[in-house]
Amino acid sequence: MLIENYKTEDFFDEMFGEDGGVRPHYSKIAERLQVLDRAEHKRKQTAVDLAFMRSGVTFTVYNDNQGTERIFPFDLVPRVIPDSEWQRIEKGLIQRITALNLFLHDIYHEQKILKDRVIPPHYILGAKHFRREFMGFNVPKDIYVHICGTDLIRDRQGNYLVLEDNLRCPSGASYMLENRAALKRAFPDLYRSARVHPVDNYAAELRKVLQYVSPPSLGTAQPNVVLMTPGVFNSAYFEHAFLARQMGIPIVEGRDLVVRDARVYMRTTSGLVPVDVIYRRIDDDFLDPTVFRPDSLLGVPGLVHAYRSGNVSLANSIGTGVADDKVVYYFVPKIIRYYLGEDPILPNVDTYLASEPKDRVHILDNLDKLVVKSANEAGGYGMLMGPWASKDEIEAFREQIIANPRNFIAQNPISLSRHPTWCNAEEGGAFEGRHVDLRPYILFGEKTTVTPGGLTRVALRKGSLVVNSSQGGGSKDTWVLYGDS
Amino acid sequence: MSDLPIPTAQKSISERRDSQVMLSRVANSLYWMSRYIERSENVARLLDVNLQLMLDFADLNDQQLKEHWLPILCSAGDEETFFKLYDRADSESVTEFLTFREENPNSIISCLFSARENARQVRDQISLEMFETLNECYLFLKSKNAREVWQSGAHEFFEQIKKYSHLFQGLTGSTFTRNEGYEFINLGKFLERADKTTRILDIKYHILLPSVADVGGAVDAAQWQAILRSASALEAYRRFHVEDILPKKVAEFLIFSTTFPRSIRACMQHLDDDLHRLSGKDRREYRSAEERAFGKLLSDLNFLTIDEILNSGLHEFLQGVQTTLDRLDDHIYQEYMYHPPVDIQAEILLHQQQMQQQQ
Repeated sequence: MLIENYKTEDFFDEMFGEDGGVRPHYSKIAERLQVLDRAEHKRKQTAVDLAFMRSGVTFTVYNDNQGTERIFPFDLVPRVIPDSEWQRIEKGLIQRITALNLFLHDIYHEQKILKDRVIPPHYILGAKHFRREFMGFNVPKDIYVHICGTDLIRDRQGNYLVLEDNLRCPSGASYMLENRAALKRAFPDLYRSARVHPVDNYAAELRKVLQYVSPPSLGTAQPNVVLMTPGVFNSAYFEHAFLARQMGIPIVEGRDLVVRDARVYMRTTSGLVPVDVIYRRIDDDFLDPTVFRPDSLLGVPGLVHAYRSGNVSLANSIGTGVADDKVVYYFVPKIIRYYLGEDPILPNVDTYLASEPKDRVHILDNLDKLVVKSANEAGGYGMLMGPWASKDEIEAFREQIIANPRNFIAQNPISLSRHPTWCNAEEGGAFEGRHVDLRPYILFGEKTTVTPGGLTRVALRKGSLVVNSSQGGGSKDTWVLYGDS
Repeated sequence: MSDLPIPTAQKSISERRDSQVMLSRVANSLYWMSRYIERSENVARLLDVNLQLMLDFADLNDQQLKEHWLPILCSAGDEETFFKLYDRADSESVTEFLTFREENPNSIISCLFSARENARQVRDQISLEMFETLNECYLFLKSKNAREVWQSGAHEFFEQIKKYSHLFQGLTGSTFTRNEGYEFINLGKFLERADKTTRILDIKYHILLPSVADVGGAVDAAQWQAILRSASALEAYRRFHVEDILPKKVAEFLIFSTTFPRSIRACMQHLDDDLHRLSGKDRREYRSAEERAFGKLLSDLNFLTIDEILNSGLHEFLQGVQTTLDRLDDHIYQEYMYHPPVDIQAEILLHQQQMQQQQ
């Protein structure tokens, strides 16, 4: 009876409708919550937390010289998406990644979209992550973005909107898989009776994508695929090891690789062994000190040369960051129309560009009402949440925007849907509404697959809209049902 | 190619295309993970046995205490570091130093932290069960609980440490694929074990040699019994020699037994098997000076007698074994794990110049 005093307040609630009734796709969960008491909840939560701790599903906080390992807070109540809703999301995501791959191919080749003035060329050619040195370069199968983790949010009416595309090295897929495993252990009967799409074959699909883009020169030979990590101190290291293990491929660091005659090799106990495909979890800038940041210790000198020579494939390809630029995000609906001749299924959040004079005036006049974002930051950094910001913060952003308008966009704050979440565990605990987003994972290979579900992130602090794990976020398992209830 | 000095990263370039290749870094981590766990178990047992032994000798003075603990300290740790931290070597200080002190790289806690760190580096290679065991052990040592268990009774604490090691080694046997990695894990385990057996034997030789009057007396017997227990060998010895515990027989058992899995000879036999499985060479072939020295020692063990060893000096013999094992460790590193460090600046220059030739 823990859910009785739950209040939806003036937000779109995932579980409860406007009339206060349980939405049909949450009926099984509501039944289960009826008979869940504090003691049982606590027991299950402890068991789940302990399992995460034991198996090392953790990230490291370095506040002393030893480093403390913490788990990402996991909320037991899953977020549920009915089948019909999911089908629309899936179509929208596939539409978007298809268009973005065509866009990337175009801007690194003919640049038709710029010549046709759909996007003012200076936005692309001047973008921080535009790699002009890869103009005319062909990537295997013309796929630029193989792995994408799009952030979706829902507005006051419950419409799904795209918040960010994350086309470089999106993380979190391992949590999607671990969360599911944890929830199946905690509520096996509920899980079975709810009829939920499994997520388990993400790793297998990912491996297929990686094999599919092996260098053409390899012919039909089985490619050697590796996962490249920045190393054991990276906060996502757990995920890297997890995915490598699930795919049965070696996990390598830059120091394990060496380039000879434009081919990449790994240093093994039986000498140098060729590497054909690299699922890299480090940014372009660090890949190769010869070409990008010369101070990179994580990369491999000569890697880009090998890549250009067509002897090794990278997933994602170099140069996808340009489509991640928040200014380019503004143009994605136009990009979809331009390449596919379709209306976008999943709309953007209304966005203003600080570099457009008219928009800039609006932004500067309404800094206390808008959310301002830097064009190339991720993880909730470089952001101004106008309505909640102090005067000083607002003025600091004002100066930055005037100095470098190209680097900023602004959006109307979206209040994000809320979801019943277990809060205040220290004082016994109760369900309260907390804001959530959704990051589904899209794999683009021979076919495009969207794993049904994804990672639901939840802002655990009361009233907070920031779901990032680095800033007090937790997560939930995400269920896509076979039906609508 | 350009005529820049190119660091030759490895002797051979292989065209292998199977998923069973093993990174040198991974081999190194598996090897040390395994060594550190074996080491922690041996230190735990050594301390446990000696703490119990001391119960029988309640009224020792400082000098006698020191004489008892110093060789143990030497066998398992670093004397110099110890005396930087403590003034006197007694049960408490030595035990604490060898158990909890992170300043001591060979303390139980340091060993297990290192083992776990190595395991973390190769998480994708070892089974989930193996990682969980090590991780649980790590979380136990990090928790307050560890100190509490320790304070309520050292014996229970050491039991717990040994159990983690046994569980880990058992799980390795039952969940780890028999590939190259398994060989490296075994090499680490048996090399460490053989080394520790020599050190346990050497303790008795060192200072514990009793005054003439004690030879064959109760004290002497208790001490030799402690040696056997330190190597988990007491019961095995009794089954083998249904008679009193005789120093010579103990030494013979711990050096020569072909059936007891912690004897020097048995460990070396395992090492020999794993070395050949790794190199793919014929049993009689040894491919470096270090391997040959090792092979020679193993065959010596087939022909030497305990009397010959005692006549020419047990201590010298044990030291010889340790040296041979050290050199073998070095050989394994050079052969399978070491790649000359890449000179990043030279690499960058090389690749830049190569690219310039193309544009």
